[in-house]
Amino acid sequence: MALAISMEGIEARARELGVDLSAVDLDSIALPAGEDFGILSDDEEVLHSEDSPELEMGLSNIIVVDNLPVVPPEKFDKLENVIRKIYSQIGVIKENGLWMPVNPETKKTYGYCFIEYNTPQEAELAREKTNGYKLDKSHIFAVNLLDDFEKYMKVPDTWTPAEIKPYTAGENLLKWLTDEKARDQFVIRAGTLTEVYWNDARKLAPELVFQKQYWTDSFIQWSPLGTYLATVHRQGSQVWGGENGFERLMRFAHPMLKLIDFSPGERYLVTYSSHEPSNPRDTHRVVLNIFDVRTGKVMRDFKGSADDYTTGGNIGVSGVSWPIFRWGGGKDDKYFARLGKNIISVYETNTFSLLDKKSLKVENVVDFSWSPTDPIISLFVPEMGGGNQPARVSLVQIPGKEELRQKNLFSVSDCKMYWQNSGEYLAVQVDRYTKTKKSTYTGFELFRIKERDIPIEVLELENKNDKIIAFAWEPKGHRFAIIHGDGPRPDVSFYTMRTANNTNRVSKLTTLKAKQANALYWSPAGRFIVLAGLKGFNGQLEFYNVDELETMATGEHFMATDIMWDPTGRYLATAVTSVHEMENGFQIWSFNGKHLYKVSKDHFYQFIWRPRPPSLLTPEKEEEISRNLKKYSKKYEQEDQDAFNQLSEQDRKRRTQLQEEWDSWVAKWKQMHEEERAYRMELRDGEASDEEEEYEAKEVEVEEVVDVRQEVLAFDQDQE
Amino acid sequence: MRPILMKGHERPLTFLRYNRDGDLLFSCAKDHTPTVWYADNGDRLGTYRGHNGAVWTCDVSRDSARLITASADQTAKLWEVSTGKELFSFRFDAPARSVEFAIGDALAVITTDNFMDHVPTVQVKHIAEDIDDQTDESALVITGIKGRINRAVWGPLNRTIITAGEDATIRIWDSETGQLLKESDKESGHQKTISSLSKSSDWSHFITGSLDKSAKLWDTRTLTLIKTYVTERPVNAVDISPTHDTVVLGGGQDAMNVTMTDRRAGKFEAKFYHKILQEEIGGVKGHFGPINALAFNPDGQSFSSGGEDGYVRLHHFDSDYFNIKMLFETQLVQFLGSYVAG
Repeated sequence: MALAISMEGIEARARELGVDLSAVDLDSIALPAGEDFGILSDDEEVLHSEDSPELEMGLSNIIVVDNLPVVPPEKFDKLENVIRKIYSQIGVIKENGLWMPVNPETKKTYGYCFIEYNTPQEAELAREKTNGYKLDKSHIFAVNLLDDFEKYMKVPDTWTPAEIKPYTAGENLLKWLTDEKARDQFVIRAGTLTEVYWNDARKLAPELVFQKQYWTDSFIQWSPLGTYLATVHRQGSQVWGGENGFERLMRFAHPMLKLIDFSPGERYLVTYSSHEPSNPRDTHRVVLNIFDVRTGKVMRDFKGSADDYTTGGNIGVSGVSWPIFRWGGGKDDKYFARLGKNIISVYETNTFSLLDKKSLKVENVVDFSWSPTDPIISLFVPEMGGGNQPARVSLVQIPGKEELRQKNLFSVSDCKMYWQNSGEYLAVQVDRYTKTKKSTYTGFELFRIKERDIPIEVLELENKNDKIIAFAWEPKGHRFAIIHGDGPRPDVSFYTMRTANNTNRVSKLTTLKAKQANALYWSPAGRFIVLAGLKGFNGQLEFYNVDELETMATGEHFMATDIMWDPTGRYLATAVTSVHEMENGFQIWSFNGKHLYKVSKDHFYQFIWRPRPPSLLTPEKEEEISRNLKKYSKKYEQEDQDAFNQLSEQDRKRRTQLQEEWDSWVAKWKQMHEEERAYRMELRDGEASDEEEEYEAKEVEVEEVVDVRQEVLAFDQDQE
Repeated sequence: MRPILMKGHERPLTFLRYNRDGDLLFSCAKDHTPTVWYADNGDRLGTYRGHNGAVWTCDVSRDSARLITASADQTAKLWEVSTGKELFSFRFDAPARSVEFAIGDALAVITTDNFMDHVPTVQVKHIAEDIDDQTDESALVITGIKGRINRAVWGPLNRTIITAGEDATIRIWDSETGQLLKESDKESGHQKTISSLSKSSDWSHFITGSLDKSAKLWDTRTLTLIKTYVTERPVNAVDISPTHDTVVLGGGQDAMNVTMTDRRAGKFEAKFYHKILQEEIGGVKGHFGPINALAFNPDGQSFSSGGEDGYVRLHHFDSDYFNIKMLFETQLVQFLGSYVAG
C-alpha cells in the first residue's frame, strides 16, 4: 500500500490532537462520494480487479438428490435407510448429514433430500456416480451440488438471443517470424527467472527479448508451431505470445495442474492433474481437460481413477505415461486416441466423442502410435498363450478402422515403433529371444507406407549380439542412423531406404567404428547429424555430414545433458541442466560444429528453441533456392561481414574506453604514491630504496686490474 | 615450459609467499611445517619446525631476514629465515589465521578466529628489532567483526588495515585508533565468504576472491569497486601480476565434494584474466584438487600455485605470454596452451 500508517502512529496523533479515539464512531465517517482524498481504498478496486478469490462456502460438500419417491411418514425411515445405504458407499456422510424435508401439511416428503459429506471431493464423486441412478423405473436420481444451485437459479426464464460481438481482427501471433535477421528465439529457465532470447549468432551473444520472474510454477513449453508459450501454475495453465512480445493470450483453469500437452496443430491443449484420494486405499483420481486454445473453452473433460489412465506404455513422468492422449492425423488435429485395456479409444475433434461411438477393440494391445502425417495407427500386440499366438504389428486406417497391413512376429520380447517424420516409413525395432531364450537379439521391420501394399523389409545387424542404443530417422529424408554395439564404444551405422539404382532395397551407407556416442540428433533439415556422447561419455559431440559421409568437426560440452537443434537446422544448442550441480548453462554451435558462444547460468532448468511452423514454400521452390544458393547468399554474406565489422568496431571502442579508464586510475595512484614516498622512507628508517624499483637489467662493465707486470720486449725496428 | 612440481608437504597447501627479491618462495600447509624453496628451480631450502597445527599464512620481512607465520595452534611465530630458528612465539586464545608485516617491518597485523567463546580479532603487534626486546603485547585489538576474518593486510603508509572474511564484507580500519573507516557495498560487493585478498605491488589496488564465484578489484584508499572477474568456480586464491595487466584466479569446489566429481569437472585450473578488460585469457591445469594458494613472482616471470593435493607447482611463463596484445584483437590469445600437456 502506498500509505502505511501504524496503529501506534494513529494513536499518537490522536493524543496530540486531543481526540479520544474510543469515543469516535468510525462507521459514521464516510468520504464524500467520488472523492477519495488520494487514499487508495484497499478493498474495492484491488480486490475486484483481481479474480475474486474462490470463497470457501462450506457448502461444497453438500449434494441435493432429486426425484426421490414422495413417501408418507410410515415409509420415511425405510426410504431414508435406502438412501443412506446408497450414499454411504461413496463416502462418509456427516452425522445428521442426511436431511429429507417433510411437507408439514401433507406429512409427506417433498421428493428430495440433502446429504452432507465430509469433503467436497466425496460430494463431487457422489454427484458423478449417482446422477442418473435408477432407483426404479419412475425414479431416476438427479443429483447436484448445492453450490451449483445458485448457478442454475441465475438462468433467465426467457430466452434472449446471444449478443453477436463485432469481429475484431486478432493480433499477429506470428510476428516473431518476421525478424529481419531471420533469427530464432529460445526460452530458458534458470533460478526463478524465465527469459526469452534471440539467438544472435552474428554477434556471438543472445539478445534478450523478454524476461519475467516467477513466470511459471513448474515448467514452460512452446506450442508445436511456436505460436504460444505455455506456463504451468497451480491454478491452471496460461499461454503467452502476440505481436508485442509476450502478453497473456488465454487462461485455462485447472486446479492442481501437473502436465500439459498441445495438439500438433496447436488448436487444443490437454491438461492433466491427479488428486490424492480421500480414502488412502483408493487410487488417485485423475482429471483431464481438453481446451480450445483460441477460445479457452473446455471441449471435453475426462475424469476417472488413475488405473484407467495408466494402462500400457512406459510409465513416464509422475506415474503416468504422458501424453495420455496421442494426437493423430497430422496438423489438422482431427483425432486423438488413448490406450485402454484391450482397446484403443479414438476420439474425433468434430464432436469430441468416440469415433463411431465405440473404441477399437484389440486384445492385449500394449502400445500404439500415430503416423505423423496420416490418420494411420500402428499398434503392437505381444505374444500370447506361450507363443501359440504370435506377436503382431498392424497398421490401422482411421476413420475406417480397417487394417492396412499386418505382420506376425515370433519369439518377441519387446518392440518399439519409429515413424519417419513425413510418414513415409515406419521402422519397428523387434527384440527377439534366441533359441535358448536366454538372450535377445534385435532386428528391424521396415514398412514403406506410401508404396502399394505397404511392402515390409527385414533388416538384421551384421553382429547379432549388438544392442541397439539409439535409432533415428533423417527428418524429411529417407535415411536412418543406428548406434549399436555391446562394448563400451559402440558403432554408428547409416542406412538408406533408396539405393542409387532405386531398387527399393534398404542398404547400408557406412559404419563408423568405436564412437563415443549414445544419442543421435539429426538436423531438422536433414543431411547433418550430431553423434552425442551424453552421461557416461561426458558430452562428446561429433558433427557428421551424411551426404559426404565425413566428420565435419568434433567438440565437447563437458557434462552436457541436453542437445537441441534450432528449428531451421542452422544452430545446435547443448545444455547442462540442473541435474548436475556444476557447469550449468548452455552453449551454441553452428551446424558444422563451430563453437559460437556460451552462457553460464546457475540452477539452469530448461532450454527450448521456439518452434517454427512449416515452410510455406513448395518443394519445387525450395529446390530452386538451394540450386541458386550462391545468388541469394551473396547478400547475406555482405550483411554478415558488416555485422562482424560493427562488432569488432564496438569491441575496439569498448576496450579503448576501458583502457582509458584504467589509465586514469593508474595516473591517480602514481601521483598518490609519489606524494607518500617520503613517509614511506621514514617508515623504513630512511632506507632510500622504494619498493617499486623497476627490474631493469643494466649491463655494467666492470674493469678490474688483476695484475700489473712490466716486461721489456725486444723492439724490432725493421718492421716499421 | 613444463611446470616444476614441488612435493614437500603432506597436507593441503594454504598459502604461498615470495620474498621481495623473488628468489625465495615460502609455502604454508596444513601439515605444521612451513617450507622455503628456491623460487627459480624449486629446490627445497629448508623448513621451519615448531608449529603444532595447520599453518594458515606467513609473511617475510623486506630484507628476507625474518618470517612470521600464523597457525591453528593458537600461535604466531617469528623465525630467522636463514637458520630456521624460532625467535618468538605470540600466544593467542584462538587459532591465528592471517599475518602481515607493515612497511618498515616494525609492526605486524595478526587475525584470530572465532573459537570457543572468543570472537574474531585483528591484532597489531610491535616487532622489535632486537628479538630480546620482543613482547607479546598487542598495540591494538579490533573486534566487532562477525564471522572468521580470512585476511587482514596493511593499507598505504600503515595508516589503515583492510580486512575481509566470512561475512563477505571488506572493511577498512584506522590502524591507530581501530576505528571503522569504510565498508564495502553490500549490493555490488561479494555475496559469499571472501577467501583471499592480494595487493598490487604498489599497494594502490587489491583483489579479493570469493566463494560467490567471482573476484573483484578494489581501490585500496577509497574502497571503490573497479573490476569484477566472473568464473564458474568458487575462488580460493587470487593474485595480481606485478608486471602485466593480468590477474590469476584459482579455486574449485569445496574440498568435501572433490572425491565426488571428475577431475575435469572440478576445474582445478589457475585462470588468467585480463585485469583491465575482465576477459579470460587462459588457464593452467594440473592440480588434482582445488587450488588454495597462488602467488606471482615479484619479477612477473613466473608464478606458483598450491593445491589441496599437497603440491606446489612452479610455472615459468612462455614467451607468448609476454607478447599478448589483447587490446585491439577480437580473438583472444590462448597463450598458455603449452601448459595443458604439463
